Amino acid sequence: MSYAMDMQNYTTQSETATSEPKITARDVNVFYGASQALKSIQLDIGANEVTSLIGPSGCGKSTFLRCLNRMNDVIENCTVEGRISLDGVDLYNSGLDPVLLRARVGMVFQKPNPFPKSIFDNIAYGPRLHGTVSNKDELDERVEKSLRRAGLWEEVKDRLDKPGTGLSGGQQQRLCIARAIAINPEVILMDEPCSALDPIATAKIEELIDELRERFTIVIVTHSMQQAARVSQRTAFFHLGELVEVGETDRLFTSPQDDRTQGYITGRFG
Amino acid sequence: MTDNTPPLKINPTLLKRRNAAEKRFRFYGLAAVMTAVLVLCLLLTSIISKGYTAFQQTYILVDIRLDAESIDPKGTKRVEDLAAASYKGLLRNALREQFPGIEGRKAKRSLYGLVGSAADFDVRDAVLDNPKLVGTTATIAVKSSDDVDSFYKGYIPRDVPESNRKIKDRELAWLDTLAADDRIVKKFNVDFFTNGDSREPEEAGILGAVVGSLYTLAITLALCFPIGVLTAIYLEEFAPTNKWTDLIEVNINNLAAVPSIVFGLLGLAIFLNFMGLPRSAPIVGGMVLALMTLPTIIIASRAALKAVPPSIREAALGIGASRMQTVFHHVLPLAMPGILTGTILGMAQALGETAPLLMIGMVAFIADIPGSMSDAATVLPVQIYLWADSPERGFVEKTSAAIMILLAFLVVMNAIAVILRKRFERRW
Repeated sequence: MSYAMDMQNYTTQSETATSEPKITARDVNVFYGASQALKSIQLDIGANEVTSLIGPSGCGKSTFLRCLNRMNDVIENCTVEGRISLDGVDLYNSGLDPVLLRARVGMVFQKPNPFPKSIFDNIAYGPRLHGTVSNKDELDERVEKSLRRAGLWEEVKDRLDKPGTGLSGGQQQRLCIARAIAINPEVILMDEPCSALDPIATAKIEELIDELRERFTIVIVTHSMQQAARVSQRTAFFHLGELVEVGETDRLFTSPQDDRTQGYITGRFG
Repeated sequence: MTDNTPPLKINPTLLKRRNAAEKRFRFYGLAAVMTAVLVLCLLLTSIISKGYTAFQQTYILVDIRLDAESIDPKGTKRVEDLAAASYKGLLRNALREQFPGIEGRKAKRSLYGLVGSAADFDVRDAVLDNPKLVGTTATIAVKSSDDVDSFYKGYIPRDVPESNRKIKDRELAWLDTLAADDRIVKKFNVDFFTNGDSREPEEAGILGAVVGSLYTLAITLALCFPIGVLTAIYLEEFAPTNKWTDLIEVNINNLAAVPSIVFGLLGLAIFLNFMGLPRSAPIVGGMVLALMTLPTIIIASRAALKAVPPSIREAALGIGASRMQTVFHHVLPLAMPGILTGTILGMAQALGETAPLLMIGMVAFIADIPGSMSDAATVLPVQIYLWADSPERGFVEKTSAAIMILLAFLVVMNAIAVILRKRFERRW
């Protein structure tokens, strides 16, 4: 293969840095036990834009995403090397409490995972936990606002006391998004949020992502290149643990600079 | 590339054999279930048919002259004086008056033997209930002896030679006279539920063992539920996987399989000999049973925690909950039904356990109903064992009745488990 030699020094094509980075990752290596999952990743995540991470299964894009709010901490044998900083503060080596970090960097998972509680309690859990509301009225308001922003309010306003697990898959995922934004995070990480949803629910979520971009910085992992093209401003292509290429979404999909990117987006592998 | 595989044509013999195997398997399953149900029915039938008579007691109605001079010579009419009086003589006089013309010590002894050895307490209780009886002649129902009781329950047949019968011909004649006079009555045996153990079958009751079991189980639950659940939470949610936790896990699994009597020996050595706690006491019994039940609860709780989907933990962590908050707000409530099931199973096992209690002296004849956790007590299975071991005919039915009480205990415990599970269960 023509790109075999490139793997020697893990060079990443094009614009790893952005003018207004919210998160910067430098020389990030991640190991699961002895096997290396990420190799020397250099990547900036721009503020108030959607960055999508694409690549074939097992390429490390989810691993990278989970580094950004230290969700990898709970996985045993997982070690993270290098420097990842949020607004210039190192996430791993500055004594930052991962619990507080996760309040600033929210996450939406692949499979909708609402708590088996009422819709209201699902949203209210975060604000109650962090004490960001002082009374019941404020809490009610926060719940409504979060559900409105997630585009779910009209559908659930009459059954807030019904279990969140009784909603449809797409509604559950929007509930999870509402739950994440209820604590006003700065960044929202989304790990293939639409992979378990039908096309209509997917369209709703994508629309939502586009709206949320104004207030939040969003990083989304997706298997669908169309989705990456539709929702994101910047796209990063991962392959076998390295960041192969990153750039403006339009540019990356129209004129990829690396053969592997070209191969992946044209469907030759992956 | 062309595909030369012929279209699917199933071999008919193979199909026949497969269907037959399916049918056979279903039949085996059904047969197994039927066998289990049959055996259970047999067991229950045998216990109930032997034991239901224990809930009845034969009484003899005796006309007793309650002399004020012998009961209450000072005429105080105080309850203490009435209670302290001796009624044995009055009862015996009444029996002699019932059957005048009985001479000789032996004959009198067998006449007195018709009523239970504590029958005078029935007279006393009647007087205490109604002090106005003093000075009158009252018809009072007194407990019959266990032989008479067994006779009227049909356990002592009439048509065998006198030498093989516990009720002699003379006594039979007296009883027939009493029966003809409608003086033999059967009543619900309240004393069985309110008395402690006794050497006399007609006086023996289950309450002492029930209270002993309750105290013991309360101690067991109070010790092993929090310790077991917290251990499980720590091992499952917080502890790193390394050699030490592996070692602990292996040991817990081994402990679950250790014969229970070994825990009794441990209790004897540590709780009694080293710590000097009282013998035969529910507190020690509960501690020993807690040791025995801990592994069961830990293993069941770990399994229940493991069964909570990781996505719930991720959801809570992702929203900024700490690990402890994640566990106590989300994981533990979801694991609760499983934990409770395991706990009730462990408690049911502890309820039926005799062997470890043997070593700490809970296998003793204890007539008093324990008043506290450190009083000498016995428990239900031990009571069953003791009664099953007694030679008197009257204890046979008591044994079965005690088994019924134990089973009722278990049913109640399981019902509580089901209710709790229903309450904690959440739909996904």
